[in-house]
Amino acid sequence: MDTFVQQLINGLTIGAIYALIALGYTMVYGILRLINFAHGDIYMVGAFAGFFLATQLGFAAGPSLVGLVIVLIGAMVIAALVGMAIERFAYRPIRKYARMTTLITAIGVSLLIENLFVAKLGAAPRAFPQLLQEQSYTLFGNAAISKSQILIFAVSIFLMLLLQWIIFKTKVGTAMRAVSFNLNSAKLMGINTDMIISVTFALGSALAAAGGVLTAQYNPQIDPLMGIITGLKAFVAAVLGGIGNIPGAVLGGLLIGLAETFVVGYGQNVGVPTTFRDAVAFAILILVLLFRPSGLLGSTVQEKV
Amino acid sequence: MKRIAISLVLVTSLLLAIACERKGGPGASNSTGAIVVGYYGDLSGRTSNFGQSTKEGVLMAADEINKAGGLNGRQVQILSEDDEGRPEKAATVVTKLIDQDKVVALLGEVASGNTLAAAPKAQGAKVPMISPSSTNPAVTQVGDYIFRVCFIDPFQGEVMAKFAANTLKAKKAAIMLDFNSPYSRGLTEFFEAAFTKLGGQIVNKQSYTQGDRDYKGQLTAIRSATPDVIYVPGYYGEVGVIAKQAQQLGIKAPLLGGDGWDATQLWELGGDALNGDFISNHYSVDDPSPAIQKFVADYHSRYSKRPDALAALGYDAMKVLAEGIKKAGSTDGPKLRDAIAQTKDFPGVTGTISLDTQRNAVKPAVVLKLQDRKYIYQETIYPEGMGPQTKAAPAATTEAPGKAGN
Repeated sequence: MDTFVQQLINGLTIGAIYALIALGYTMVYGILRLINFAHGDIYMVGAFAGFFLATQLGFAAGPSLVGLVIVLIGAMVIAALVGMAIERFAYRPIRKYARMTTLITAIGVSLLIENLFVAKLGAAPRAFPQLLQEQSYTLFGNAAISKSQILIFAVSIFLMLLLQWIIFKTKVGTAMRAVSFNLNSAKLMGINTDMIISVTFALGSALAAAGGVLTAQYNPQIDPLMGIITGLKAFVAAVLGGIGNIPGAVLGGLLIGLAETFVVGYGQNVGVPTTFRDAVAFAILILVLLFRPSGLLGSTVQEKV
Repeated sequence: MKRIAISLVLVTSLLLAIACERKGGPGASNSTGAIVVGYYGDLSGRTSNFGQSTKEGVLMAADEINKAGGLNGRQVQILSEDDEGRPEKAATVVTKLIDQDKVVALLGEVASGNTLAAAPKAQGAKVPMISPSSTNPAVTQVGDYIFRVCFIDPFQGEVMAKFAANTLKAKKAAIMLDFNSPYSRGLTEFFEAAFTKLGGQIVNKQSYTQGDRDYKGQLTAIRSATPDVIYVPGYYGEVGVIAKQAQQLGIKAPLLGGDGWDATQLWELGGDALNGDFISNHYSVDDPSPAIQKFVADYHSRYSKRPDALAALGYDAMKVLAEGIKKAGSTDGPKLRDAIAQTKDFPGVTGTISLDTQRNAVKPAVVLKLQDRKYIYQETIYPEGMGPQTKAAPAATTEAPGKAGN
């Protein structure tokens, strides 16, 4: 029983990270019908921004809560700026062309960021400074939860509620919803659509960066290619939940995280090797596309952002 | 007709260009000038600590040889290539070193997977290759031009199994292996065989792949099997994080590993979580023998840090090669190969090196305990039929399984 609870905690931890990244995919898709393949790399940029903030500002010496807050917010701001810059210089100039053009540009941007980082920083993994005094709490039996896991849950729930509030209670959020219904009519209503699209990229990128810094507290190893597989899985999570649907992205992220952990934890009992953990996400993608292309929550909820 | 003539001219000039290039290259002249030796390793990828350390050892050995007057009156020059830790890249850079740079011999790689990718190129071109530290048995089976100056995995796996069963008195072991690495799979196989033969039991076996970010799923499954020890024959990048996550899950059983753990970055990733774990390795930097202490001092004055086992093996590989060149009196491939194959009782930093008929070095291994960013010598374990069977250090004899201070 405690093993099951432990696996549940493990699965929800990585699921929460997938959910944070999946939100960015789904928001951009909701507004532009664009799958922003560079989004996984923004997650990596966020982790590296956090790394350099922590080492340059002198927080690397030891655990510090103030340092953690500053690094987290700083990384989110930097990633938001990078996300806005990518939209401004790579996607906006070609927005008027066929959607396929933007999609291929997104793949190009992704490769550009990855290889730029490899060229400048090397592919060797770096150790992320530990800003949180690590400690484990026993729930019952052997089931334990660590401080970094609690941090991941707390911060991601807070950010998701914040996002929900921005979308439904603020003027910008209303405008975002309007743009997602119809970009051209929104423009006719006097909404500055370019600005709203920029804000959407900034929000999504900031969430991904938060995911990057949080993962780095949980697993202190970062490298320029860390965004590839994680980004792809988060994309699958967005599709599973129904791309363009915000609660769907969160649900999809948690489900992918759980599925992956249970394959590792229990797969061997039914003859599925643990190395299938990455395959399971993509098997789910194929099944979703076959049987419910609009995703779990895709067709029922109207708000697309 | 005109077209055919033009294409003929083009093809001829192309062939001429190739022919000219084949003559060029730093190592082209076979009897005068510097002796060009190729080094390839991971200088910027996931296992770059390995490649850098080995390269430092190789360069230090080459400088010592040159200061002492070179080999047969010629200086040694090392040409270094970065394979980024990728097997396909390793094959490419070795092809370049052989075809363009005309190296007389090759030194490299550390990771067995990369050496296995490059070795057929060296074998095909009849250029002797000495791997400083690839321990998978398949490496030298590629052909008779491939050598190594380290022990092999059947022995290294057995060493840890013996240490776990005899010294730690472990009955139940779990294994966590890097599924895509020939090194890790080889060690797993031989540890498992030796440990069960000594009366132990493998209670759980999990795998991961390089670059995975979360290991708690596997570790939770291992925890529920309550093993006495956990064998993790991986590379430092993943192992550091595995140790950390094992600690978070409250796993008290010590982790056991191999020479793939030995890198400074291991401590940055794993920190205190590594205390009380054990690894098998090629040599101990604390060994009081004068040869080792001289090497450690020289290395420290040159690079301002303590040499890890890979630096020592890189150094030994270069010295064994130099000895071969001296003995052969030539850098001609087949002659050099025969001379290296006869290496016997060569006094290396990592022990006395004798190559067997399979071109593997027969050497003892040491077991080290990890504590506060240091490797503490525990015992030396010799191969069957060499030296004392086991020579336990006094500190290690009463150590019970379970991490101290955790």
